[in-house]
Amino acid sequence: MYRKIMVPVDLAHADKLALALDTAANLAKLYGAPVTYVGVTAATPGPLGHNPGEYEQKLKAFAAAQGETHGIQTDARMVVTHDPAVDLDDALVKTVHETASDLVVMATHIPNVADHFWPSNGGRVATHTDASVFLVRG
Amino acid sequence: MSDTSGQGIPAPEGPADLIETEYQIGQDNISTRIGPFGLDIHNPVFAISGLAIIAFVLVTLAFQEGAGTMFNDLRVWLTSTFDWFFLLSANIFVLLCLFLIVSPYGKVRIGGKDATPDYSYSGWFAMLFAAGMGIGLMFYGVSEPISHFSSSFAENAGTPESWAPLAGAPGNETEARHLGMAATIFHWGLHPWAIYAVVALALALFSYNKGLPLTMRSVFYPIFGERVWGWTGHIIDTLAVFATLFGLATSLGFGAEQANAGLNHIFGIPVSDVSKVVLIVAITGVALLSVVAGLDAGVKRLSEINMVLAALLLAFVLIVGPTLAIITGFFTNLWEYARYLPELSNPFGRADDNFRQGWTSFYWAWWISWSPFVGMFIARVSRGRTVREFIICVLIIPSVVSVFWMTTFGGTAISQIVNDGYQAVADAPLELKLFAMLEALPLQTITSFIAIVLVIVFFVTSSDSGSLVIDTITAGGKVDAPVPQRVFWASFEGLVAIALLLGGGLGALQAMAVSTGFPFTIVLLLACFAILKGLHSEPR
Repeated sequence: MYRKIMVPVDLAHADKLALALDTAANLAKLYGAPVTYVGVTAATPGPLGHNPGEYEQKLKAFAAAQGETHGIQTDARMVVTHDPAVDLDDALVKTVHETASDLVVMATHIPNVADHFWPSNGGRVATHTDASVFLVRG
Repeated sequence: MSDTSGQGIPAPEGPADLIETEYQIGQDNISTRIGPFGLDIHNPVFAISGLAIIAFVLVTLAFQEGAGTMFNDLRVWLTSTFDWFFLLSANIFVLLCLFLIVSPYGKVRIGGKDATPDYSYSGWFAMLFAAGMGIGLMFYGVSEPISHFSSSFAENAGTPESWAPLAGAPGNETEARHLGMAATIFHWGLHPWAIYAVVALALALFSYNKGLPLTMRSVFYPIFGERVWGWTGHIIDTLAVFATLFGLATSLGFGAEQANAGLNHIFGIPVSDVSKVVLIVAITGVALLSVVAGLDAGVKRLSEINMVLAALLLAFVLIVGPTLAIITGFFTNLWEYARYLPELSNPFGRADDNFRQGWTSFYWAWWISWSPFVGMFIARVSRGRTVREFIICVLIIPSVVSVFWMTTFGGTAISQIVNDGYQAVADAPLELKLFAMLEALPLQTITSFIAIVLVIVFFVTSSDSGSLVIDTITAGGKVDAPVPQRVFWASFEGLVAIALLLGGGLGALQAMAVSTGFPFTIVLLLACFAILKGLHSEPR
């Protein structure tokens, strides 16, 4: 049913992604679909690396570990933006198109009043792509 | 789930000399939620900066007269007593920058040997210019050349009471004009941009090449080592936030007063507290939209719009003003600037105390107090440039643009006074001199409107980039902190401006912000050493 699954990940908060990662892995096994883990970062040094190169290596290692743990086909894609706090949605939408993913599995928070000011990431991805979006409450 | 930490990998952006430190960016941060809003803030820089700013505003409002006198006296004492120190330091910054252009260090690329530029030349230049001095050029482009020309031409030029640069040129109109333009360009040319370039290069180098967080404290790693992650660094970062926020908030307050005067002059809009508060709210509102839209869709786009408007205004004045005189004046002024530069930048044995201490020293303190903000912003958008390219674009090109701007606006205004006997531009108060000059040219309603829009948009571009900088510092160098934080800082800046505007104290706190130029001069001198040390270990 699904050919390609995309999972946005924030490696700095990987501990909060367990449910979404398991869900994505189960769906991948069910449909025999490969999973692309997507990380969005800035070029400035951050908690996960001195530069985008280091970040990408960690993301690749993370994707490989997921593949090994769940027995699924995985790869990783890093997106570098100038202002990740704001550019995240656009980066995800672009990557859905570039990877031709037809299912996006992402962790989400409990909706609150802030969503009226800053639309949820999942909502934006669903609005601007043809992919199905599976939001997983962590 | 696999452990993703501790997998240090060599820099794939090409060879670079990373600093190995135990410190993890964000390790001192508090990630929490206040109501529906997520926060990711540095402990304790965020809290100390915020509370100290509130405390200073309250104390200034409560003891207005005393605070005003104290901060102004402090500022005057610093810029008068240490004028030689400011002048000497600024000369060192210029010389360092010029050395870096011609030295082999110029080949070092910010972000690693294989890094590519994040922004095109036009977008990059627009942002650094709009953040750096755009608004000042609007107000001083006309007034400062007139001031220096008048004081140099006056009979008392060269006496201790005179404000003329050097010995002035009493009664000599041509020489007074040359000296007036040279002195103005001196304050807006190589020296201020060298100050910004030093801070920006130090930050960019230690962040993009050495892998340290994008905050002021990182520049001091070669000097203080691991101690920069403790209280030494907390104090440096807090001081940077302090100087930036007060510099922006007081400029916003004064800017609202000036914009109100301009609107009153052109459209008859009354000068009142309500008008000024509406202006601050409007400027802050647009700045909020800009920071929420982000660096590319907000700040960069507004800066580019600003550049186009400024270029249009410049082209208009060039075409309808004394075109030939401006073009020849540009080259004459460049030459006069070069001719007077050694004397104007000499820190010792001069007799022009009023000019040197009241103008130059004040300007240098002012630029330096703005340098953490402008420098950090320039650093953030400069990845991928070589040091040579960086210095040429941050030092030489803006200086040349400033010369052209000053020649066009100041030169036209002086011509109006000298050749046409148009006194209105000389008699107008500071905030209206630009409009008075435009009034003597055709289509003055349209050009004045463009000028007022430019003034307002320049404030927006300073406000939004400043908010991003403060947000990054108070998030411990993280640039992906939750968006509500930058909204908080942009709003906070507007509120501080309104409180000071209504309660009084704008001048007092601006004097205090300028006073931070003194400790930051020492900081910048140390940064020069850090730059050389940092560049020396980089692959070229």
